[in-house]
Amino acid sequence: MKKTIYLDNAATTKTSLAVVEAMLPYFSEFYGNASTVYSLGNESKRAMNEARDNIAAVLGAKSEEIYFTAGGSESDNWALKATAEAYKSKGNHIITSKIEHHAILHTCEWLEKQGFEVTYLDVDENGKVRPEDLKNAIRPTTILISVMFANNEIGTIEPIREIGEIAHENGILFHTDAVQAFGQVPINVDELHIDMLSASGHKLNGPKGIGFLYIRKGVKIRSFVHGGAQERKRRAGTENIPGIVGLGVAAKYAAESMQERTAKEIELRDYLIKRIMDEVPHTKLNGHPQDRLPNNANFCFRFIEGESLLIMLDMEGICGSSGSACTSGSLDPSHVLLAIGLPHEIAHGSLRLTLSEETTKEDIDFTVDKIKDIVAKLRSMSPLYEDFVKKSEK
Amino acid sequence: MYSEKVMDHFQNPRNVGEIENASGVGTVGNAKCGDIMRMYLDIDDNGIIQDVKFKTFGCGAAVATSSMATELVKGKSIQQALEVTNKAVMEALDGLPPVKVHCSLLAEEAIHAALWDYAEKHGIKIEGLSKPKTDISEGEEEEEY
Repeated sequence: MKKTIYLDNAATTKTSLAVVEAMLPYFSEFYGNASTVYSLGNESKRAMNEARDNIAAVLGAKSEEIYFTAGGSESDNWALKATAEAYKSKGNHIITSKIEHHAILHTCEWLEKQGFEVTYLDVDENGKVRPEDLKNAIRPTTILISVMFANNEIGTIEPIREIGEIAHENGILFHTDAVQAFGQVPINVDELHIDMLSASGHKLNGPKGIGFLYIRKGVKIRSFVHGGAQERKRRAGTENIPGIVGLGVAAKYAAESMQERTAKEIELRDYLIKRIMDEVPHTKLNGHPQDRLPNNANFCFRFIEGESLLIMLDMEGICGSSGSACTSGSLDPSHVLLAIGLPHEIAHGSLRLTLSEETTKEDIDFTVDKIKDIVAKLRSMSPLYEDFVKKSEK
Repeated sequence: MYSEKVMDHFQNPRNVGEIENASGVGTVGNAKCGDIMRMYLDIDDNGIIQDVKFKTFGCGAAVATSSMATELVKGKSIQQALEVTNKAVMEALDGLPPVKVHCSLLAEEAIHAALWDYAEKHGIKIEGLSKPKTDISEGEEEEEY
C-alpha cells in the first residue's frame, strides 16, 4: 500500500496510542456509572475529576468551570443559545465575525429567527477582526461577543486579548470557539478575559465525540440537556467516561509538549510555505503570515479548482482539504476565503494543509513536488489559464 | 464517491487541448460556480466531426464529463452530436453523484455552444439548436499574485 501523508489535521487527528491506552480500562473494566455509590462507580468519578483538573490547569481555570460535551459544535451551540436565553432581559444583540465556524454562524442565524440581532464583523485581508470595528458595533443591548480563537481554514489567530478587554470594559460576556487553538497555542482564560471557551477532543489527538465548554464562574447559563444531575445539572446524561479520560490525557500531553512540538511544526510549516510560494507561480498564501496556527498552511492556486487537486493528491497518498464549492456542497466557495476578499474563481482553487508532530521534511518535500506537477497538469487543461497566457502574450 | 469510469476519465482525460482554427468553439459555465468548459470542434465539409478537444476548469466530475462528451461526439454527424444529452454522458460514465449532475449539463451545453459557433461562422442554421447561454464571467480584472 502507498504511504499515506496525512496533512488534514485541522479536520481531525489520529487518536494517539497513549490516549487509547488510557481510555481502554474505562470500557470493560471500570465501566461503572459515575453517579453511583459503589467503588466501581467511584473509579469512573475519580478518572473524570482527574481529566477535569488536567483541562482546567491547561486553561488556568477552576475544575468546576469545565463542562464536558459531545464536542465543539455542541459547546458552541450551548454557549450561544444558553447565554442568549439567560441574558435576554438585558439585551438581544450578539456580535460575532464573518469567518466563524458554521457551528457559530448557523446558531447565530437560528437566534436571529428567535428575535436576536447579530452583527457579523468583517475581517481584514489576513482574516483578522479589527478591534475598532468591534468597539463600533457595541450597543447598549449587546449581551455577547463570540469570536473564534483561530480560524479553522486559514489558521489566522485573532486578537483575543484585545477583544476580551473590550468585552469586559463594556460589561459584555466573551465566548471564543477555540476548537482549533486549544492545545496548539497557550491559552489562559483570565489573562485573555475569556468567559466561555469551546474545545473538542479529536483536534488534539484525543477521541472524537467529546469536548468541553469552559464557563467562567458567575456567568448565568441555562441547562443545555435537561435530565439528570450530571455536569452540575447543566448537561444531563451519563458521562462518556472513556472519552473524558481520553480528552484529559490528550489535553495534558498537548500542553506539556506544546513548546517543542509547535516549534518543530512552525519550522516545517514555514518551509512548506516558502517552497510553494517560490516554486509554484500564481499562488497566494491565505491567512496571516505570522499570526497563524503552528500547523496551518493555506494557498490559492489560480486557474485551477480545488476538488480536482484534492483527488489527484489523494492518488499520491496525500490528504488535504479545500474550500472550493465542490467540497462545500454548495455552489459557493468557502465563506472564509470570500470574507478575506478573494474573488470566487480564486477561492475555488484553495488548498489547506495542516501538519502534525509526525509530519517530516520528507513528507513536505514529496507533497510540494506532487503539488507542482498536479497544478501544472490542471493548468494545462484549464481554459482560464489558456486565456491568461493568451492575454499575457498580447 | 465517483464511479470507476469517472475516475478513469478524470485521471486520463481524452482529447484535452486546443484546435487551432477550429470550425467551432464554445465556452460555457461560470468561474463563480467553479466550472468552465471550452470545447473545440473540427467539422469537415460533410458535417462530420473529425476532431474534438476540450479544456475544463472544474472538479473531477466536470473534467470527466467533458472528456466523455468529446468521445461521444467524435466522428459523429452534427445531428448525432446534438443528440448527446447530459443523460447520455452520465450513463456513459456509470452515473454521477447527485450534486454533480450540473456538470453533465455543462458538457451538453458546451457541445451546443461549439456547434452554435460553427453555424454562425458558416452562416447556416442547425435544426433543433438554439442559442446557448453565455454566462462565463468576464470583466473581472484579477490581481497578480
